[in-house]
Amino acid sequence: MLSPAGMEKFQQLLKRYPNKQAALLPTLHLVQSEVGYVSKEAIDFVAGLLALSPTYVHSVASFYTMFYKEKMGKYVIQVCRTLPCALCGSRKILEYLKGKLGIEVGETTPDGKFSLVTVECLASCGTAPVIQINDDYYEGLNLEKVDRILEQLSRE
Amino acid sequence: MAERIVFKNVEAPNSRELETYRARGGYRALEKALKEIKPDDLIDIVKRSGLRGRGGAGFPAGLKWSFVPKESKLPKYLCCNADESEPGTFKDRVIIEKDPHLLLEGITLTCYAIGIHTAYIYIRGEMVFGARVLEQAIAEAQRAGFLGNNILGSDFHLEIYVHRGAGAYICGEETALMESLEGKRGEPRVKPPFPATRGLFGGPTVINNVETLANIPDIVLKGPEWFAAIGTEKSTGTRVFCVSGHVNRPGTYELPMGVTARDLIYEHAGGIRGGRPLKAFIPGGSSVPFLTAEHLDVKLDFESVAQAGSLLGSAGFIVMDDTTCMVWAALNLCHFYEHESCGQCTPCREGTRWMSVVLERIEHGRGRQQDLDLLLDVCSNIRGQTLCPFGDAALTPVESTVKLFRSEYESHIQGKGCPFAP
Repeated sequence: MLSPAGMEKFQQLLKRYPNKQAALLPTLHLVQSEVGYVSKEAIDFVAGLLALSPTYVHSVASFYTMFYKEKMGKYVIQVCRTLPCALCGSRKILEYLKGKLGIEVGETTPDGKFSLVTVECLASCGTAPVIQINDDYYEGLNLEKVDRILEQLSRE
Repeated sequence: MAERIVFKNVEAPNSRELETYRARGGYRALEKALKEIKPDDLIDIVKRSGLRGRGGAGFPAGLKWSFVPKESKLPKYLCCNADESEPGTFKDRVIIEKDPHLLLEGITLTCYAIGIHTAYIYIRGEMVFGARVLEQAIAEAQRAGFLGNNILGSDFHLEIYVHRGAGAYICGEETALMESLEGKRGEPRVKPPFPATRGLFGGPTVINNVETLANIPDIVLKGPEWFAAIGTEKSTGTRVFCVSGHVNRPGTYELPMGVTARDLIYEHAGGIRGGRPLKAFIPGGSSVPFLTAEHLDVKLDFESVAQAGSLLGSAGFIVMDDTTCMVWAALNLCHFYEHESCGQCTPCREGTRWMSVVLERIEHGRGRQQDLDLLLDVCSNIRGQTLCPFGDAALTPVESTVKLFRSEYESHIQGKGCPFAP
C-alpha cells in the first residue's frame, strides 16, 4: 500500500519510539499522504505493520478529525468556524464557498476537485478569517482572495 | 520598545536558519550551561526566575522540573507542548516557524537540567509547515553538534523528535498529549500518578509549552534576577499577548506582564475597529471568563486577571465590539467544546451537547425563561465532575455570558429572536 519511499520513511519513524504502537499516528499520516484517506484497507495495512488489531487502529484513527474516513477531493478546503474567525467574517467566506462550489459542508464537487469542511480554531486568529487547503494556510481572507485562490487551484 | 525575549529574533531576515540564530547570540546559553552550570543549579536558576508555564495553567516551571526524580529505572522524557489549539491563541506557531532554534535550545537546556535524553515536540497536526521547519532545524542543530551525542564536546546527549497530532484539541491537555504520543486515543488520564513520576511510556515526564521553553536560554544567559525584574512580582517576564477579533491591528505582542488591557487594546492593537465601543473581551483563550469594558484597567498578570474574575490562561485575547451578540458568541464556543470533548466523562460529553441545544434555541427565538437557570444548572453539574480541566473550560463561556449579559439573553427570549444583525 505504501510506496518504497513511504516504507523507508516508515522504517525511520519506528526508530523514534520505544515501541511500535507509538508510531501509529505518524504512520496513519504517512498512509493518508499517499492514499488520500484512511480506508478500511489502510487500517488493515497499518495494523499489520505495527502488530496492532484493525479494531484498535480504527478506534484511534476515528478519534482524530484529520484522518479522513472517505475519499476526499483533490483540495480539501477547511474553513475555520471558531469565534475569532467568526468575528472577522468566516461565515461570509463559508457561504461564498458553498455558492461558488455548489456544495454543502461535508460534500465534494462532482469532478472530485474540491471538498468543503469546517474546522475548529487553526491557531491563526491574528490573520482571521483563515482557511486551510490541504497542508497550506490562507490567511487574512476576503471574497476577492477566495476567488483568486479557487481560480488558481482550478487551473492546476 | 519593551524588551523582547521569545520574539527577539522573529523579525530578523532568515530568522529560522542556524547561522542567523548563532549570529544573534544563539546557543551561547547552552555553551555556558554545559561548561559552567550543574544541572541542579540550572533548575534553581529557573526557580529563582519565577518563570511560570505559558500554556495556560501558569505553574512555576522550575518547581515542575524539580518533581522529576533524579534516578529512574525507566527513561525520562520531555514533551514540548506545541499543540497550540486554544481558540484565540497563536503565539507558539510564530516561535516555531520563525525561531525554531530558540525552542530547540530551550528544550536542550531543560533536558540537561533534568537529565533527559529524549524529547518529543508534539505539534498540532495542522501545522504541517511548522513541523517541517522544526525537522530542518533539528537536522541543522545535529550537524553542528548542538544535538545528538556529546553535545558541544560534553558528555550530554539528546535526541529531539517532532511528533504530529491529528486534529484533537484535547491533546493539549498534558496526559491526553502523552496518550496520543503513545499511539492511543487522546483521552486524559486519571491523576495521580502525575507525569513527573509516571508519564510518557511510564517514565518520569515533564511537559512544557513552547513559549515557556523559549524563555529558558535568556534566563540562563542573563540570569534569573534580570528575568524576575521584568513583569510583576509574581508574574515575571514577558507574555506574548495574541490579540484577535474586532481590533484594528490584530496580532502577537510580546510585552511585560502587567500591561493593562486598555494599553493592549488601544495602544498596541490600535483600538476597536471603526472606533466602536468595546463590549467584551476574553483575556486568556476561550476557556476563561469574559470580561467587559469596566475591566479595561485590569493588569494582565496571573494574579490581577484572576482577581478581576477571569484568568490569564494562554493570553489569547479575543476582543468583541458592541455589534457582537453574546448568546451567539457563547454558542459558537459551546459548539467548539461539544466538538472537541473526548467523550470520556459523561458530564462533559452530555453537558456540552445540552448547552448547545439550549443556546441554539435561545439564539433562534425558541428560548424559555427557565432556560437561563437550566444553563447554569448544567454548568454546575459539569464543574469539578470531569477527569481533566476541559469540563470546567467548556462551561465557562456559557456561565460567564449568562452572568454578565443576562438581560441580553432575556431579550432573546422575550423578543423571540436575536436582536443583532447576523
